Amino acid sequence: MAENCAIIGIGQTKYAAIRKDVSLPGLLREAALRALEDAGMTFADMDAIILGTAPDMFEGVMMPELFFADALGAVGKPILRVHTAGSVGGTTGIVAASTIQTRTYDKVLCIAFEKQSESDAMWALSPAIPFQPQLVAGAGGYFAPLIRSYIRRSGAPEDVGMMVAVKDRQHALKNPYAHLHVDETMETVRNSPMLWDPIRYSETCPSSDGACAMVLVNEKIGKAHPKKPAWVRGTAMRTEATFFSGRDQINPLAGRECAKDVYSQAGITDPAKQIDTAEIYVPFSWFEPMWLENLGFAEVGTGWKWTLEGKTKLGAELPINASGGVMSTNPIGASGLIRFAEAALQVRGQAGEHQVDGAKLALGHAYGGGSQFFSMWVVGDSPV
Amino acid sequence: MSQPIAIVSVAQLPSIRRDRTRDEAEMVQPIVTEAMQKIGLKQADIGFTCSGSSDYLVGRPFSFVAAVDGLVTWPPIRESHVEMDGAWALFEALIRLRHGDIDTALVFAFGKSSLGPIPDVMNVQNDPYYVQPLNLDSFSQAALQARAMIDAGKATERDFAEIVVRNRRNAKSNPNAQVKGDFDVEAILAEKTISSPIRKSFSPPLSDSCVAVVLASGDKAKKLVKRPAWIRGIDHRIEPYSLGVRDLTQSVSTRIAAEKVGVNAKKNDIAEIHTPFAHQEILIKEALGLDSSVVVNPSGGALAANPIMATGLIRFIEAATRIHAGEANRAIVHATSGVTMQQNLVAVLEGE
Repeated sequence: MAENCAIIGIGQTKYAAIRKDVSLPGLLREAALRALEDAGMTFADMDAIILGTAPDMFEGVMMPELFFADALGAVGKPILRVHTAGSVGGTTGIVAASTIQTRTYDKVLCIAFEKQSESDAMWALSPAIPFQPQLVAGAGGYFAPLIRSYIRRSGAPEDVGMMVAVKDRQHALKNPYAHLHVDETMETVRNSPMLWDPIRYSETCPSSDGACAMVLVNEKIGKAHPKKPAWVRGTAMRTEATFFSGRDQINPLAGRECAKDVYSQAGITDPAKQIDTAEIYVPFSWFEPMWLENLGFAEVGTGWKWTLEGKTKLGAELPINASGGVMSTNPIGASGLIRFAEAALQVRGQAGEHQVDGAKLALGHAYGGGSQFFSMWVVGDSPV
Repeated sequence: MSQPIAIVSVAQLPSIRRDRTRDEAEMVQPIVTEAMQKIGLKQADIGFTCSGSSDYLVGRPFSFVAAVDGLVTWPPIRESHVEMDGAWALFEALIRLRHGDIDTALVFAFGKSSLGPIPDVMNVQNDPYYVQPLNLDSFSQAALQARAMIDAGKATERDFAEIVVRNRRNAKSNPNAQVKGDFDVEAILAEKTISSPIRKSFSPPLSDSCVAVVLASGDKAKKLVKRPAWIRGIDHRIEPYSLGVRDLTQSVSTRIAAEKVGVNAKKNDIAEIHTPFAHQEILIKEALGLDSSVVVNPSGGALAANPIMATGLIRFIEAATRIHAGEANRAIVHATSGVTMQQNLVAVLEGE
């Protein structure tokens, strides 16, 4: 029997374009200390540290966890560094949970971060690779054609992407940690410059500095904790290759199978009915309807209707990204773990102004690479 | 209690200084295929896949993403990656296997050290604010440690030269080694220093290679091979980054890990230790508490082949190969990472 894994500590930094007030270790400590305080623990209580971040070139430090060992209280302990592209935050949470579920450790700190202001992610994402065209287009340049395909396939009206941007930015106003606090309207989005057709400036995630940390413990410690923990009810990851002519990048099989796996572990047969809220990785507005379909919330070709009908707003049927999501905060390596942490906050009833009433079961989702790496977890307000 | 887990198959691309013909996917594909084929498995039979590598070697982000194209990922697979030596990818795979819902895992690591000025690149592992500007390259890092050992009376330059000669002589029987043969202690000591007391021969070669391991648990391992190399213990620890707060003549993290896995609970036949610079062998042997009967680095170790990020996983491969063949019954495996061996992993493999 697997051990149950409880989340008893969650800590986030204030996210911003440039956190000039803290060094790299300072940024990580801000999140880690908040998570430990929430858990009523200290660094000394941790058995191990699981750290995730996206490409090291974003900060210019190779394998930065080595440099962070002192600041994270890891001295004399195991530290494991996960890197699975954009999905890394999610995978970090999964690996951390795995160490508890297999009884490898009893208490672990998992942490993910990015300090995008230390370098230029657009540059780091556009290297000149021998025998490949240099795109110099960043992530938006890669994903815009996929979005155009989605629009063509589904016949979705052009407004849908803008509606996602407005909704997520309005949600972010209720989240004190969010990077963007902008009173976005359909007009402000429509009037923002077109970057990669059909993605406008305001339909794009920001570049953020930030870190997110969680304290994960076994069932015994979780049950004894004075505050209500979130319980891991399922975890899954799936990968498919970047270049394979048989794959559908609009509705990737890896995403569908990952969702199926995590739902079956959590006993979910009808995700739209059973899941109360989801934090899904939406770096460009249109990925909300695309992932609603990939995750099995909506029938293929109909995800956009959910957005159009307002079903994904806070207070509606299935609030998506009540925190404001990646559209409002994007420290790349941390973004997946923030999704997982926000899902946990919801089932703990700790999400403050952006709390989804009575949330008992929540999904955290992350993806990366060319829509090819997927990590998901389902958390609940009870172990089973 | 979860099922015991063993190494059941291994494969290595021979280490060479510069592989001009293969990119990441082209290095990975033949080697993972060989490791699986040896025991009649295909990617679809593998429960979990995990790899280790570093973007900074190749000088591009997401270098491991390119490597994934060397796997059969259709239908999609359960897969993860550590930005660490492949020895830690093996650790993650082992944890995944402990869940018990799967019984096989594929681990691989690749290091393409030929694409950039590696000694300078290794400075990027340092504190970006105060140390990177000093350009503490890998020779200078090693020199600080080797000098500290000489000053502490723990070793002499002659000891370092003798270690090099023994390792590269051992490598003569290793078809995957890059630098091997009969070298002369006096000739090594006569070499110019790069960063005193480090000479070229005290340093590891730089290699291009890819290596793979298949893990299996319990009965599955017994079904796949006659003599699995059981992983009886594995632990890893880290030390402070700040060089000023560490005693560079001790490997405290290795000692903690060695105690956790019970290195000396039984008689050891061999040890494959990951000590790129000659002086580090002395430190690690001491921290592991190995007695003189243990054969250290029969493969020639990192002084003979050093595809960075795969060199640690190769230690598992070399130890497991000897257990599979019945040449050893208990082997100690060590892998290292970071500036002056900041992070260390120790494992025990047994044939029975």
